[in-house]
Amino acid sequence: MNWISDRGVDRLRNAAAWPELDARYLITGVAGRGGMATVYVARDQKLDRDVAVKVVDFADHKGSRVARLIREAHILARLDHPGIVPVHDAGVLPDGRSFYVMKLVRGRRLDEVLAGEAPRAFRLDLFTRVLDAVAFAHAHGVVHRDLKPENIMAGAFGEVFVMDWGVAQDGADAEPAIVGTPGFMSPEQAGAREVDARADIFALGAVLALVAGREPSPALAAIAAKAQHPEPQARYQTVEQLAAELSRFRNQQRVSAYRESAAEQLLRIYRRYELPILLLMAYVVMRLVLLVWAGV
Amino acid sequence: MSFPATRLSVVERTRSLDEETRRVAWATIIEAYWKPAYKYLRLKWSLGPDEAADLTQEFFTTKLENDVVERYDPARARFRTYLRLCLDGFASNARKAERRLKRGGDVTIVSLDFQTAEGEMARHEGSVDADVDEMFYQEWVRALLERSVADLKQFADASARPIMFEVFARYDLADEGGVRPTYADLARDLGLTAATVTNHLAAMRRQFRQIILTRLRDLTSSEDEFEMEAARLLGGRR
Repeated sequence: MNWISDRGVDRLRNAAAWPELDARYLITGVAGRGGMATVYVARDQKLDRDVAVKVVDFADHKGSRVARLIREAHILARLDHPGIVPVHDAGVLPDGRSFYVMKLVRGRRLDEVLAGEAPRAFRLDLFTRVLDAVAFAHAHGVVHRDLKPENIMAGAFGEVFVMDWGVAQDGADAEPAIVGTPGFMSPEQAGAREVDARADIFALGAVLALVAGREPSPALAAIAAKAQHPEPQARYQTVEQLAAELSRFRNQQRVSAYRESAAEQLLRIYRRYELPILLLMAYVVMRLVLLVWAGV
Repeated sequence: MSFPATRLSVVERTRSLDEETRRVAWATIIEAYWKPAYKYLRLKWSLGPDEAADLTQEFFTTKLENDVVERYDPARARFRTYLRLCLDGFASNARKAERRLKRGGDVTIVSLDFQTAEGEMARHEGSVDADVDEMFYQEWVRALLERSVADLKQFADASARPIMFEVFARYDLADEGGVRPTYADLARDLGLTAATVTNHLAAMRRQFRQIILTRLRDLTSSEDEFEMEAARLLGGRR
């Protein structure tokens, strides 16, 4: 046997990992690799469209990896929302690995968007759409447990998809475990304690801190900090509350997370009513000019 | 893949009462690890080719059999990690003693092709600056794949279907500089239909995966170690 180069090694590893899918799906490349699964790009020859196929890397003898991917597919199938990637098909390969077929999302990951020069208003628009999707999941009893910019895709037209629901907690099937990503993981997750929707709110706070950028306004920083409070009961209790607070911030209204000074309050009120204030001032100035002119 | 509960790992088989079983087990370990060990000594310990070859010889013919495998506890580390740490200790002691082994002493020389290994090092891509631990893993994977490809060829020949291996070789073992052929190219060159090429390739990849997992099962000492290695080899971020 001849020596195999590094590239050859990679090629052979890919060959061994190649999923033997139904003839309907023709694999054309690898979209990404995760902790326990690989996402392939494939051509759905029946419907003549590109799709993404997530395949578990290895079928362990207990079947937990296989079951987890199938479970993820079922969760996705239940969460029919524009911000959650739709699943089209699922199954088990001849070698025992599970897979599911989903919409191929084209775009950039949120961490890539945030690394660029996108204006803050645009970044906050994306974040608001993330909140919509997560709130929808929570309403269906699903807690994502691994929200982070790398698991959020932003499409070319501002659409957003929350991805990778592999460690999601689905209603009653709570199994306390250390899942998540350091930096985005709530203290209760890190401590393998029971978690609820507020664990996702913690992660959303960490994402918001990144969305806010390097020099965030104090109010926005306070919203992110409140969402990331170590005690779950001190955070926003629902994603809707966080969304409402963010909406108040964007509308130049007072936010509950931040106690502003009198000067900041005046500045905020001015910004909120800038046009009417300017019109009023113009009117007053004009009247004064008229009065002075009439007096002369 | 099924998981035969009664199958002993190669490490366990080195303790067998049957001499032939022990001999094959030692040969399997040496085959899987000697080249990664030699390259590791050359790169991490900056040993010259002769010194690295001597230490590799001694490690695999004397040290390994006498101490290393005997003291291995699967509960504490995976075998590859353990072996690398033992190699570090061995090289460190050798350096302290300023001892340079001479070929042909009381060491049993096994047939290890150091010249080829040395030639391969010259073709490594960025290996000198690479993480040596990662390099040890990469070399271990390379050795595993080389043996698995040889097994696959043997399987195809034994099944009187060498054409199946030919399809695999041309597509998945294609020359580095060359462009990977399309299924249609392969079909034309080998006088097959494109559907046959697809089927042959799928069958060979399936068998290749099976061979790799069997070898991996052999080289690991517990179910957990096997599954971690398999998940890393066949998936994971690269």
